Amino acid sequence: MNVLLDHLAEFREGFIGTVLLTLASGLLAMVLGVIIAGFRASPVPPLRFFGTAWVTLFRNTPLTVLFLVAWFVVPVIFMPGMSPWVKALIALACYTSAFVCEAVRSGISTVPLGQAEAARSIGMSFFQTLRLIILPQATRTVLPPLSSIFIALTKNSAIAGAFSVTELFGVQKLLSDQGFPIAWIFLWVALGYLVITFTISGLFRLLERRMGVAR
Amino acid sequence: MSSSVLYDAPGPKARVRNRIYTVAGSLAVLGLVAFTLYRMNAKGQLEPEVWNIFNNAGVRTSIRDGVLTTLKVFAVAGVLSLVLGLLLAVARLSEHKAVSWLATGFIELFRAIPLLITIYALWVLFLTYKSDLGVIGDNTAFWALVIGLTVYNGCVQAEVIRAGVNAVPRGQVEAAYAIGLRKSQVMTMLLLPQAVRSMLPTMISQLVVTLKDTSLGYIITYDELLFAARTMANNIIVNGENPITAVVIVVGAIYVALCLALAGLATWIEKRGRRAKTGIAVAAATEPALAEAAD
Amino acid sequence: MKLRKSAAVAATVAVLALTATACGGSTGNAGDKPAGGAGGKDQPKLPTYTVASGVKLDSATLKRAQKAGKLVIGAKNDQPFLGFQDTDGKRSGFDIEIAKMVAADLGFKPDQIEFKTVDSNVRETTISKGEVDLYVGTYTINDERKKQVGFAGPYFMAGADLLVRSDEKGITGPDSLKGKTVCSIKGSTPLQEIKKPKYGAKTVELSKYSECVQQLLNNEVDAVTTDDAILKGYAAQRPTKLKVVGQPFTKEPYGVGMNKDDKALRDAVSNAIEAHEKNGDYKKAYDATLGLSKSAYTAPPALERY
Repeated sequence: MNVLLDHLAEFREGFIGTVLLTLASGLLAMVLGVIIAGFRASPVPPLRFFGTAWVTLFRNTPLTVLFLVAWFVVPVIFMPGMSPWVKALIALACYTSAFVCEAVRSGISTVPLGQAEAARSIGMSFFQTLRLIILPQATRTVLPPLSSIFIALTKNSAIAGAFSVTELFGVQKLLSDQGFPIAWIFLWVALGYLVITFTISGLFRLLERRMGVAR
Repeated sequence: MSSSVLYDAPGPKARVRNRIYTVAGSLAVLGLVAFTLYRMNAKGQLEPEVWNIFNNAGVRTSIRDGVLTTLKVFAVAGVLSLVLGLLLAVARLSEHKAVSWLATGFIELFRAIPLLITIYALWVLFLTYKSDLGVIGDNTAFWALVIGLTVYNGCVQAEVIRAGVNAVPRGQVEAAYAIGLRKSQVMTMLLLPQAVRSMLPTMISQLVVTLKDTSLGYIITYDELLFAARTMANNIIVNGENPITAVVIVVGAIYVALCLALAGLATWIEKRGRRAKTGIAVAAATEPALAEAAD
Repeated sequence: MKLRKSAAVAATVAVLALTATACGGSTGNAGDKPAGGAGGKDQPKLPTYTVASGVKLDSATLKRAQKAGKLVIGAKNDQPFLGFQDTDGKRSGFDIEIAKMVAADLGFKPDQIEFKTVDSNVRETTISKGEVDLYVGTYTINDERKKQVGFAGPYFMAGADLLVRSDEKGITGPDSLKGKTVCSIKGSTPLQEIKKPKYGAKTVELSKYSECVQQLLNNEVDAVTTDDAILKGYAAQRPTKLKVVGQPFTKEPYGVGMNKDDKALRDAVSNAIEAHEKNGDYKKAYDATLGLSKSAYTAPPALERY
């Protein structure tokens, strides 16, 4: 019990760090993922190639390797002077975007081809078809996997702890190094993650229910 | 690609436009590659000496040992996680409320906690009780990694198998009871074989995740491929620089190759499964796995 | 079809990678010169030590080692010129020399020493459980640790210091760090010190010192802080690019770790260190390892026997 009460400040800081990093990289991953999904579905071969390469690369590389790239390769070759937080954001967002892309792509592919054809034949433009016909239906199928992806992202943000970002896992390591019993620290840190992941799955369930009504 | 929901079949104008986009897009992609190579060259990352380190016997041995260790952890954890997954799935489907709740709690808890944290906690725990643990105590880092991976991936596999069991048509179970099979017989002879068969591609996709996650061993200084790579990148000096970029590229390529090989196996099984006409369809290799594959 | 093709490609790549790594290659150090050991013509030479014979001590550890014919010594493998292992598995550095001196006086030839890599966080456990007979690896003597292990020495007085780029003029000590970014290991004592508001420094926390050094070389941070012995090793590795500031702000006496209750061995190790300090081996070993960092030799600290 004392571990939590005596180190409430550390726990709170770690908790907020995890939430912020998850939110920011989640948003960036959504944007990147949708763009890459657009690339993968496009009729232009080089864009398709780029999208496929992006997804294959980021889906099959351990996240830790991406962190190493963000820390030691990107600053040398592309852009020096990013803060540790930005580096973690980039690594997490790129990794997660590959999964978002695949979810969005499979969501779009569940919409029957005939519907799009029908929409075009009654004179809807490309964007009208996308906005009125395809996206509303695709969103419904995309939501459950997206929920899992964001939960995974929350957990993956723990890796940033070893790379100079304050988050929950860092708190566990710090306190365990100071000799506090591991079982209690584990319990409290785990509770912190449970709160975040249950919030995410709850939010998505709410969204799904709302979308469900629209059917 | 001609039959995409998003785009019509291109007419003459669109075809011209697409051709222009193709050229522009190719140039953009090539430009990106060229820019990367140019920057790498400017920073001395393309010098022959930098890449020559991979001709060194010591470096090769480190990489080979790293790959073998990674595969060893993966093999043990993969098998154990499948076993645990089966047990947990059966327990969660059990009609005894207590057993079912216990399994559900276990699954939900360990699925929500980052694997990194589980591994680290297990390791500290093992070290604390090192002398009482026998085999585990002799090789704490290995077992902390293996058991951490097993617990987490076992929970995910359990959910996959459960989904497979639920997909078996109700009528089959009723028929089985009608001819006098016991509960355990229905589970082992009827439900599990079909569930495993239909979910095999998804289960293998989850094994890809297990393979990638072996790299989390760095947190407990376990000497697998990524750890060996970091040691090499930090200890070798070529032309006054650490060859981090070169090492990361090579090791990243090895990981991608290993994962793609496993993923290819999943696709192959999926295709074979489709040919056989049995009760339930074989799941697509990538899509359901997506739900969990993200970590 | 597409996926199957990519799988085939992947399998081929994997097989190629494995066979390429499996079938040997040229031997020798990676890179154009030895990455951490002493070498070169005009550089100081490492001393050699006379191996004592017929050593008799009332020490359980030593008797066991004599019976096995080898002495197991724990060390580090990632600190250049201190405790370092190159790609061929050869160890070198100041700590390794100290280990060899002590082993020689205990009657063990260099090839009778079995080095084991032991990381900082498991040192107490490995020593007290007898996984290693001795431990020589930037091991600071303090009262907390004395409850679990015995210490001979100290053989070196280290202190937290700052490593900066050679062309750095602004940083002269911990007090000139305002607004600068300092890198160190998560949870390490120098980091806790630097984090105090009076210094006004920004910090970056990584898990390996070598990765901090890399950040320093990439201009991502302005200084690295930890024990000066470790920093001197990195400076010796790249004498043209890095330097140690030389204003230690803590005291870290390094000792040789061993079983807590083995007083006979503790005294013997202390005697060995004293003898080699007197006959000049100590200074020679320093000059050929840490001395390459251009930071001056300091006389060893007084032994602390208990």
